[in-house]
Amino acid sequence: MGRLAARGVALSYLALLVGVPVGLVFYRAFEKGAGHLWESITTPEAQHAFWLTCVMVAIAVPLNTVFGVLCGLVLVRQRFRGRALLSAAIDLPFAVSPVVIGLALILVYGNRGWLGGWLTQHGIQVIFAPLGMVLATIFVSLPFVVREVVPVLRELGTDQEQAATTLGATPLQSFLRITLPAIRWGVAYGVVLTTARALGEFGAVSVVSGKLAGRTETLTLQVEERFQAFDVTGAYAAAVVLALMALVTLLAMNAIKPKEAS
Amino acid sequence: MARSTEGGFAGFWKAVSNPQAVAALKLTLIASLVVVAINAVAGTLIAWVLVRDQFRGKGVVNSLIDLPFALPTIVAGLTLLALYGPKGPLGVNLAFSRAAVVLALLFVTLPFVVRAVQPLLLDLDREMEEAAESLGATQPVVFRRIVLPTLMPAILAGSGLGFARAVGEFGSLVLLTGNIPFKTQAASVLIFSQVESGDVTGAAAVSVVLLLLSFVTLLGIGRLAQSTLRHDG
Repeated sequence: MGRLAARGVALSYLALLVGVPVGLVFYRAFEKGAGHLWESITTPEAQHAFWLTCVMVAIAVPLNTVFGVLCGLVLVRQRFRGRALLSAAIDLPFAVSPVVIGLALILVYGNRGWLGGWLTQHGIQVIFAPLGMVLATIFVSLPFVVREVVPVLRELGTDQEQAATTLGATPLQSFLRITLPAIRWGVAYGVVLTTARALGEFGAVSVVSGKLAGRTETLTLQVEERFQAFDVTGAYAAAVVLALMALVTLLAMNAIKPKEAS
Repeated sequence: MARSTEGGFAGFWKAVSNPQAVAALKLTLIASLVVVAINAVAGTLIAWVLVRDQFRGKGVVNSLIDLPFALPTIVAGLTLLALYGPKGPLGVNLAFSRAAVVLALLFVTLPFVVRAVQPLLLDLDREMEEAAESLGATQPVVFRRIVLPTLMPAILAGSGLGFARAVGEFGSLVLLTGNIPFKTQAASVLIFSQVESGDVTGAAAVSVVLLLLSFVTLLGIGRLAQSTLRHDG
């Protein structure tokens, strides 16, 4: 196959699968004018969905970042039985369908679940409430920071930290002054990926949310709800908000990548 | 997941062997395998063009590859519906068909093979290829005998990740496939409707089979990758 033919086939494949469809959604959202679009994304339900999505991200991303760095340190620096098992368990959310993750949460925290009875007695509702949706979001976006941090830590080694320790640095000092600056681009890339996933999670959140408009509806759930209610333009409008957020994360990804490589 | 065995093994078997569950699992397996095969070819080709070819706008195309990772799956489904749905400008209506299942899975799994093959191609030494060409090998022969064997482990690894993703995919299928039992209802969508109608035991049973399916396939692909490595040495 000639060079030009290969280029033509590859580019048309990408255009038909990704480029044109995504462009078309933007066109469709603006079709009835920017004013109509603005109205559609500022209804009380839409605003609530937007803020709920932001809350999910604001809780899941910091938690998973701290957990990811700690877990990366444990996986790289310590030898213990069951290390391979821990590593496999962290990758689980990549291999398991989001729907199954949601189902697992229902089995544990639902009304008839293992912890559900005890939680209900104490007035805590997890399933069909924002708490369950936060749990689902944390679960699906768990592996990203760990997976980015582990290879960087492995390459870094412990020489510099040992030197710092012999010079009298406390473990906290050597972590803050040496380890953290060395892995910062890996952490940053992991944070971007975690954010993208937390923003866009649909399956797991959908299973545990109960989809109560204005209460437990995130932006992704709103896209589906509007579409099923034949408000196609409204669905396109909510989708464009999400797509723009995705575009920002994509730009952040590209900004970080080259620095990581150098 | 222990819940799936609540009704004993008989209950589990009943939930898994009901015709609707069998049809959904079969569709998921076949569609995912088709998608993996297409991705292996298209992904390698795209990676090749991105590494070896020079043209304007290559940077934009390169970041376009990551878009399916960044874009929420429900939005992915909606975008495909805009182009290939009933009111699409192409006049092609794939909505609610099995082709739509494959299309949605192709979209969400696009980056896996490309991103696995790309770094290997960048590192590949051109000298071997040039030597083969100077000895009279045609381009297809050079590709088949020299480039492809080097890339094979990466293609398989990317395919494995893509397969695992395809088997569990949910968000992009919801709007596009219409969720028609025995026709376009994939396993994850079936599990979702079972949970919604309160059949948690049935949903857990189908989930277990889905997990086994992706586990076994990943093991198989791992074996295959190892055997290609052994061929090299």
